[in-house]
Amino acid sequence: MRALAALVRRDLRLCFRRPGEVATPVLFFVMVAVLFPLGLSPQPELLAMVAPGVLWVAALLAGLIGQESLFKSDYEDGSLEQLLLGPAALELVVLTRIFTHWLTTGLPLVILSPFLGLMLDYPVQAFGTLVLSLMLGTLILSLLGAVGAALTVGLRQSGMLLPILVLPLAVPVLIFGAQGAAQAARGEDAAAALYLLGALLVLGVTLVPFAVAGALRISLES
Amino acid sequence: MSPSNWTWFHRLASPPYFYRLAGRLAPWFGWAAALGLAAGLYGGLWLAPADYQQGDGFRIIYIHVPSAYLSMMCYMLVAGASAIGLVWRMKLAHAVAVAAAPLGASFTFLALITGSLWGKPMWGTYWVWDARLTSELILLFLYLGFIALHQAYEDPRSGERAGAVLALVGVVNVPIIHYSVVWWSSLHQGSTVFVGSKSDISASMLIPLLTMIAAFTCYFAACLLKRIQAEILEREQNAGWVREMLEQT
Amino acid sequence: MKLGLSAHGVTIWRGDRCLARGLSFELGEGEVLQLVGPNGSGKTSLMRVLAGIGRLDEGEVRWGGIPIRACLDYHATLAYLGHSNALKNHLTTRENIYFYHSITANSSEITADEILSKLELKPMADRPCGLLSMGQRRRAALARLLIGRARLWILDEPLSSLDAEGVAQVAALLMEHVRAGGLAVIATHQVLQLDGVPVRRLELGGN
Repeated sequence: MRALAALVRRDLRLCFRRPGEVATPVLFFVMVAVLFPLGLSPQPELLAMVAPGVLWVAALLAGLIGQESLFKSDYEDGSLEQLLLGPAALELVVLTRIFTHWLTTGLPLVILSPFLGLMLDYPVQAFGTLVLSLMLGTLILSLLGAVGAALTVGLRQSGMLLPILVLPLAVPVLIFGAQGAAQAARGEDAAAALYLLGALLVLGVTLVPFAVAGALRISLES
Repeated sequence: MSPSNWTWFHRLASPPYFYRLAGRLAPWFGWAAALGLAAGLYGGLWLAPADYQQGDGFRIIYIHVPSAYLSMMCYMLVAGASAIGLVWRMKLAHAVAVAAAPLGASFTFLALITGSLWGKPMWGTYWVWDARLTSELILLFLYLGFIALHQAYEDPRSGERAGAVLALVGVVNVPIIHYSVVWWSSLHQGSTVFVGSKSDISASMLIPLLTMIAAFTCYFAACLLKRIQAEILEREQNAGWVREMLEQT
Repeated sequence: MKLGLSAHGVTIWRGDRCLARGLSFELGEGEVLQLVGPNGSGKTSLMRVLAGIGRLDEGEVRWGGIPIRACLDYHATLAYLGHSNALKNHLTTRENIYFYHSITANSSEITADEILSKLELKPMADRPCGLLSMGQRRRAALARLLIGRARLWILDEPLSSLDAEGVAQVAALLMEHVRAGGLAVIATHQVLQLDGVPVRRLELGGN
């Protein structure tokens, strides 16, 4: 436990000293959300209809942008091996790392979403569902992204490959989240979608650490 | 489990043994496939009557349904072989997974093309976002991701293990993806059903269909065995038994 | 049961190159094994295999007679120093050492400050590691050896970037470790001068 707490402290400290890494996904989120009205039309009726999907796709893409940095730096300077050799189980280390990473890449997206929702004519009364769906969704995406990051951390062109690997796996999250946000916007009950997201999150938290730990070991083995 | 079962398992894992076994079995599967294709196509294109709703256009199911079925079965095979390779550290299992993936991707692609061609006479468009076709499309991405990943690694032994992890993560996701796409489709399209409606399908249509499925499976088996042979040769190129075998030919 | 590191029929392939074939050796308490060979001969790969990180294609590595794959706390008895220093450039030297101190299982009684003094890193304790020289960073990396009470040291080019003083320091640490009954596997081009300590040599690259 002491080891995991030290890891969290280290990661947060590193994030504060390298704010660029944190800012990039957030800026990307905002830019993508802004591009859609420019690409489609600024009419409020149209925007209100596409807002849930646009916000979700933007969050998905921005989340993927942020995933590459999850293990890259530790891999390159040799810290990852030391974490593997450390006393804490790699699966727990991985889970801690994913969560800390989410705090700095996923959570800002969740916090920004209502403001972007305003710009895209998303109804204010549905903000609660939107934020909740994005919170669950970005957590799940961090977990899935970690699998992709762990599998590609040692490769030269990991930046291109990671989204290709993760996007098919992220389809259910996108569907449940975006449809839930759309249902809430129309005034319908979005509980089913949120429960499904919750179930995916539980499944992810239990299974993903093992996959990621296995993938990291494979990435380190040559 | 008796010792004799385990020795069979371990013998199968030996590259020279599997190579020879594959060489003996492949021609049988090949001929069975040829016969099955001939019988199935004859039954489907000539003997079976035209569907009263769709006319002759429906006959494409004789290619579409077997392709879709095989694309799914092949992914299960890739995942199963990956699991065996990771758990028992059997390199030949990884060779099976790596050999099967491009075949699965091809069948998925074929299923998508035939599904799209079916759509044109049926619905007037080349692409319909129904649950089955959308799921097939995502399956294609899963296959391509697997292939891209294991080829991106410099060390092929590590690459195939990484691919194996991805395949296992993918196979857990497949039912989730399928369910989510069905849910999504039901929210937006109501009761439109496209492929494989559970309406009554007469024996004259069903028998050629089953024949085609069996024929496709045999074709897949034949191709897979040949591809595994090629994989084995590539991996074992420096081994004694390969050199001996090449000297004999 | 002899407590020590042993390799049995170790075969390592990387890509289509065979780096080691049927390699076997035994290393007991108080012994040092030096790996020699040209660059690219597989020294690093072998060390990573011995540390349990690298992939072993055939054969087995055992610690105390037990295969390391089955040995649950093998990593706790091991200190591995790779090519890279495993230091975060944006953290100060002190913060880096504190971190390893916190995550090491059986940290010896020595505190982080004492380690800084011993390795003569006090003057740069509060500077980010990215601003240190290569030699200073290598010394900071050596701190990990002092933190845990590892019985087995696996060191990959520990003397690289070090000046004569640094080399002498490492030799002193090594002798202290070995005299206390520790084992060490070292890859280095330089000649190791350790009084009274048997240094066995294993040459790679001849396969």
